[in-house]
Amino acid sequence: MTIGPDLAGAVTAFNRFGFGARPGDLAAAAGDPRGFLLEELWTANVALIRDRPPPSGPAALQAYYLDQQRKRAERMSMAMAPPKAPPPVVPSMAPLGPAPPEGASMTPMAAGQSGAPREAAPESPKPQPQVEQALFRAEAVARLQKQLQARLGLVERLVAFWSNHFAVSVAKSAELRAAAGPFEREAIRPNVLGKFAALLRAAESHPAMILYLDNQNSVGPNAPPGLFAGKGLNENLAREILELHTLGVGSGYTQADVTEFARILTGWSVAGPESEAGAIGSFLFKPNWHEPGQRTLLGKTYAEAGAEQGRAALDDLARHRATAGHIATKLVRHFVADDPPADLVDALAVKFRDSDGDLAVVVSALVADDRAWRAKPTKIRSPLEFVVGAARATDYVPSDPGLYLQALNLLGMPLWRPAGPNGFSDLSDAWSSPEGMKSRLDLAWFMGQRMHAPADPLAAMKAVLGDTASGETSEAITRAESREQALALLFMAPEFQRR
Amino acid sequence: MIRNRSELAISRRALVRAAGALGASALCGAGFWSAAASAAGARDPRLVVVILRGAVDGLSAIPPVGDPDYAALHGDLAFAASGERAALPLDGFFAAHPSLVAFRRMYDQKHAAGVHAVATGYRDRSHFDGQDVLESGNPKPGRTESGWLNRTLGALPASASRRALGVGATAPLIIRGPAPALGWAPPGGVGPANSDLTERVLDLYAHRDPPLGQQLSAALAAEKVASESSSGDPARKPHYGGAVEQMRLAAEGAARLLAAPDGPRIAALAFDGFDTHQNEGAAQGVLAQRLQGLDAAFDAFETDLGDAWADTVVVAITEFGRTVRVNGTHGTDHGTATAALLAGGALAGGRVIADWPSLKAERLYEGRDLYPTADLRGVLKGLLADQFGLSSKTLAEVIFPDSAGVAPMKALVA
Repeated sequence: MTIGPDLAGAVTAFNRFGFGARPGDLAAAAGDPRGFLLEELWTANVALIRDRPPPSGPAALQAYYLDQQRKRAERMSMAMAPPKAPPPVVPSMAPLGPAPPEGASMTPMAAGQSGAPREAAPESPKPQPQVEQALFRAEAVARLQKQLQARLGLVERLVAFWSNHFAVSVAKSAELRAAAGPFEREAIRPNVLGKFAALLRAAESHPAMILYLDNQNSVGPNAPPGLFAGKGLNENLAREILELHTLGVGSGYTQADVTEFARILTGWSVAGPESEAGAIGSFLFKPNWHEPGQRTLLGKTYAEAGAEQGRAALDDLARHRATAGHIATKLVRHFVADDPPADLVDALAVKFRDSDGDLAVVVSALVADDRAWRAKPTKIRSPLEFVVGAARATDYVPSDPGLYLQALNLLGMPLWRPAGPNGFSDLSDAWSSPEGMKSRLDLAWFMGQRMHAPADPLAAMKAVLGDTASGETSEAITRAESREQALALLFMAPEFQRR
Repeated sequence: MIRNRSELAISRRALVRAAGALGASALCGAGFWSAAASAAGARDPRLVVVILRGAVDGLSAIPPVGDPDYAALHGDLAFAASGERAALPLDGFFAAHPSLVAFRRMYDQKHAAGVHAVATGYRDRSHFDGQDVLESGNPKPGRTESGWLNRTLGALPASASRRALGVGATAPLIIRGPAPALGWAPPGGVGPANSDLTERVLDLYAHRDPPLGQQLSAALAAEKVASESSSGDPARKPHYGGAVEQMRLAAEGAARLLAAPDGPRIAALAFDGFDTHQNEGAAQGVLAQRLQGLDAAFDAFETDLGDAWADTVVVAITEFGRTVRVNGTHGTDHGTATAALLAGGALAGGRVIADWPSLKAERLYEGRDLYPTADLRGVLKGLLADQFGLSSKTLAEVIFPDSAGVAPMKALVA
């Protein structure tokens, strides 16, 4: 046991395991940094966004489909009649109000600073944003505020981790843009401290995942004939579940397993705009699309049971030994080191298996393990950790997601838009490229000018880095030519960049 | 990697539209004021304060080329009255930095002036505290609830109490406070960090994190090559670097808003990058580039204010000066007195106002700095009295508290 406050431990707690300290946070955690982390894990409903959440997945998709219908009708009436007044806004969109497109003027960010009544210069009239874009921005700001207001941010880091593990991309389609936020809130957040099997079921059956990996188009070869001319099996979802979400690549499954699993998952679909069954925009099992019969996956036979066949297979995959090792490796790589220490990985894999994939137990074991604390801070903060950490350091909580989205775009980690289903890299080298570092520098300067520059930059540095800052860093901040530059230097300091 | 910066920028045309929209709606809370002001012959005075952060080397901005000790003390940074190291001549004793071309032209038209050996009441050498004193108008650091330009707005008659304009992403302290301020940011999203910050980060990495330093250096080297190979046709028009262009754009936007009949009449801008501890340069270099940006801003104000330029004063001020002697890294360290630069059609210009202390060893402040012989508050009080008719009492108690002993400088405005 450490005697007296453990400031260095608190810095590790916030930077390695959380989203960085806000002013005053380090002192609160210094008494017992590990206890502080565990406390966040045991806080009821800590992962949920319950304060005015954006529309649900089905509601979001319904709003999008309705908007599409309206536009089609408009195009048809335009062809026949002179233009008339714009139709009413889709009802569920009203609370969102007009939002500027991604990366628009940053001026509103300064509002409210130092009590100065300050208004943005009105901009030229902009077209009403697309429904899916307004939904996306509302999701973005809800997520950002949750990250900024978290006591420490371990749970928010886990949400981001699992969201990236079960990656979907808004670049896929307008539907994905509408559904990516609900995916994180509905599939990831409720299960992030629960059983991995529940998380897996929720993620794979969410409309966003089905649509992202094309399973709504996958038809069993022996499904009722005549209905599906030109359609067949699509292996995408099945393959990524095995390769990325559960067992991991090279863990021994075969192409036959992939195909067989794809057959199992046929019928897992989404109720589209014309659907007569199910609520539009929600998960729908279509029995007619399902490949009938029993299937053999990884040597185990699954009896025909409709959608339950797939659920049973997922449950077994969640409990597979390879899955435990895969998840343990990814967790340690994410939180501790690019080259994860094998003994720590093994310890977590054992915890995973012994607890039947209880994620709260696994993460608690990680946080309680000395090896996770002793590792040198070699990892560079991901763009998300950097941007959120900078905002937390200055107690900056915007009501508009502009800066968040713009910053993540600039640093190559656009929100819910990875290049592929494998998500964003978790390796430092991916982010500390020359280009990446130059972008960080530019962004540090941009944020230094926009976030509330602290009256005493050195005190601000101590509030987030404790005693871990080097003499050179302290001196650079002290000697900065302005508070804005001091803040930019704090953001770029090695002690701020690495964790 | 997604790096499409242009999609983040507001177009120039949008800016013009925004300015027009402002004139039409957002600022017209006091329409009768503009009606009164535009009556025949009535002045409609405007004041712009440009804060130069980092402490400007006044001996390089307005070099005292006639001072016999100057050349030796300011070493490889010094200018001369003539020859290879010539600055732009002003009155024979003082000259203007070679970057200040527009300023020099305005000087000849009696629309620009310098005030030298000037300082605020602050005598320590912290940028943060020095800027607080400069902007808050208080005699000492520590009180930052409002800025003197904001209190000026509050002291104007109700008919004139339209909003002040703060240019930039966040309002500088000088314009913050109870009186409502309008914010406007020049177009553009995340731009390149300035060279001063870049150097400081590289220096820190060299000491503390060489791997990150190597990555950053590699990117900068690549960027340099890219910009050199794409610079195109430099003869076609004056080629401004990105930083200079940003300063010009900020002034241009502010000028258009100020020019609107019912737009703001008071504005503040802040430019940074004047903390020239190393490789300050003379006719070329870091300081030359920043001053070129300031000069471009003066020029933009003159052009874009149009007829309103005749009623305008722009004053560029900084928190303190720099050492008279050059340091070991071809730069200067934090000092005391410096120069203020004034421009505007309303100005009684064509002069450098100075009670010159000389640069003799025994006359240097603490043996190292230009001795302050003028209080910057006197200059600013003089401008506020001439432009807005504020009383000595208001100036001494409200705008610059506890400054009764500092007399407003007279006849700055024609």
